[in-house]
Amino acid sequence: MAVTHEAAGAVGRRALARRARAAGATRHLPLAPALILLVLFFLGPVIWSVYSSFTNAALTGEGAASPQWVGLENFRRLFSDPNVSNGIWLTVVFVLGSAVIGQNLLGLAIALLMRGRSKTLRGIVGAVVVSAWVLPEVVSAFIWYAFLGQDGTLNAVMKFFGMSGQNWLYSDPMLAVIIANIWRGTAFSMLVYNAALADVPSDVQEAAALDGATGWRRLWSVTLPLIRASIVTNLMLITLQTLSVFTLIYVMTAGGPGFASATLPVLMYQQAFKFSEIGYGTAISLLLLVIGAVFSFIYVRVLKPGA
Amino acid sequence: MSVDSPRRSASGMVCAVILVLIAVAFLAPLLWLVLSCFDAGAQTSVKLPEHPGLDNFRAVLNTDTTWRPLWNGLLLCGGSALITVVVATLAAYPLSRYQTRFRKPFLYTVLFATGLPITAIMVPVYGVFLRLQLVDSMPATAVFLATTSLPFAIWLIKGFIDNVPLNLEEAAWVDGATPMRALRHIVVPLIAPGMSVVLIFTFIQAWGNFFVPFILLQSPEKLPASVTVFTFFGQYGSVAYGQLAAYSVLYSMPVVVLYLIVSRTMGGAFRFAGAAKG
Repeated sequence: MAVTHEAAGAVGRRALARRARAAGATRHLPLAPALILLVLFFLGPVIWSVYSSFTNAALTGEGAASPQWVGLENFRRLFSDPNVSNGIWLTVVFVLGSAVIGQNLLGLAIALLMRGRSKTLRGIVGAVVVSAWVLPEVVSAFIWYAFLGQDGTLNAVMKFFGMSGQNWLYSDPMLAVIIANIWRGTAFSMLVYNAALADVPSDVQEAAALDGATGWRRLWSVTLPLIRASIVTNLMLITLQTLSVFTLIYVMTAGGPGFASATLPVLMYQQAFKFSEIGYGTAISLLLLVIGAVFSFIYVRVLKPGA
Repeated sequence: MSVDSPRRSASGMVCAVILVLIAVAFLAPLLWLVLSCFDAGAQTSVKLPEHPGLDNFRAVLNTDTTWRPLWNGLLLCGGSALITVVVATLAAYPLSRYQTRFRKPFLYTVLFATGLPITAIMVPVYGVFLRLQLVDSMPATAVFLATTSLPFAIWLIKGFIDNVPLNLEEAAWVDGATPMRALRHIVVPLIAPGMSVVLIFTFIQAWGNFFVPFILLQSPEKLPASVTVFTFFGQYGSVAYGQLAAYSVLYSMPVVVLYLIVSRTMGGAFRFAGAAKG
């Protein structure tokens, strides 16, 4: 009797465990659509890109019908291609110039200057800066194409002050796209810093002021340390956004003249679609993906989900 | 601090002047767009229209140039925004409510995916679409667009659900409601404002997305506004800049209006960046 009882108990426990497992599975069923989509369109392409960067896959010709395994050929080419090293350098310049320095510092400066100003002034300046951010990327690109061109507004203003103009898109393509991207993205940093500064208790500021700390010193040793977390998060976010900017550069300069503004995303597009070399284009995109993954990894470490 | 010292108000003036100068600098490039859309003879130079009027708008307001691309954009972006919100809400619920061992790794992966440059996976995505014969399919493009905004949406919506007190659902569970019923009838009504912000935000992002439809769609009659505006610019020898400006204004209008609707609630999303203490 005792034996059967024990056996029944074991069966019961097992059934219970099975039911709990089943319930666990059904409970997590709502995750399925998201998982399927992310695997199909995120993980799948990434794995495919690792695979096809070892082939000579192409849009037309022999490589299109039956891509051949070419081993490390694409990567050998990648690291000896002057356009790629040029592209890496231009991407670094673009990210540092337009995001880390431009958007970040200008956004912080605007947010700091806005403190204690009248509500009207804050409202107007905020709306103007944000309007540049809200416009679709293609439209921003047209606006800057017109602004910096030979007959553009900038040259008209310079002429007014007696300076001679030039077609900025040809003479300084990197400067042109960097300035356009600062214009477009500063609002994001401004909004992040506005929110962060609003959480800085004003009595801390006043205490520092009473101790005789000057404006700059208060900023450097009181305010900035208090919003440190926001600064780090903002830098990571805008770095990741700027790393993948394609449309702005493509519409304004198409990477030219020559390869003078061909950052990695533009170069990747040109190789894959303009020159129809999907395999080689994928190798470049893999490079971009690795750079993005490194930054994204640091970003996750900084944010610490579930903490 | 009711009485400002002279030095303080002087520095306040300097700050105000700098702010005004920054605002003027931000406005200057926009001037061309505003003036040119009312000027039939517009070039890239900025000048007051000789005969200001609505000729440019009249020229572009037809099915082929404006209405169809806008409609395609609405289908593509509206569809993808809806998919994003529904799929993200479903996924966020178990992530918020159940403690399991793969919850944390999944959340880390989601956050990690948020940071990956979408541009970089477009070449392989094109390859996958080619294999699955999905190139030039609007539904497939909408689903892909939805996937790109999924990680961020899951992340945000999980935050909203975390804030809904658990005891409301526990009462429903005791009454025999399944978790899905509890989600639909208790959680969703409470997080509806947050969900609509995510919906509008994803729509705005998709509306401005040029690269994805540019790569994945081909037939002119399927292209959304973001891509047709570029063909406008690229294919003719002499660009009708006035019409380009008028069309750009029409194309930008929906997202500007939507932004104004959500801007008040958006403040919270930016606080999110500050809330994470390193």
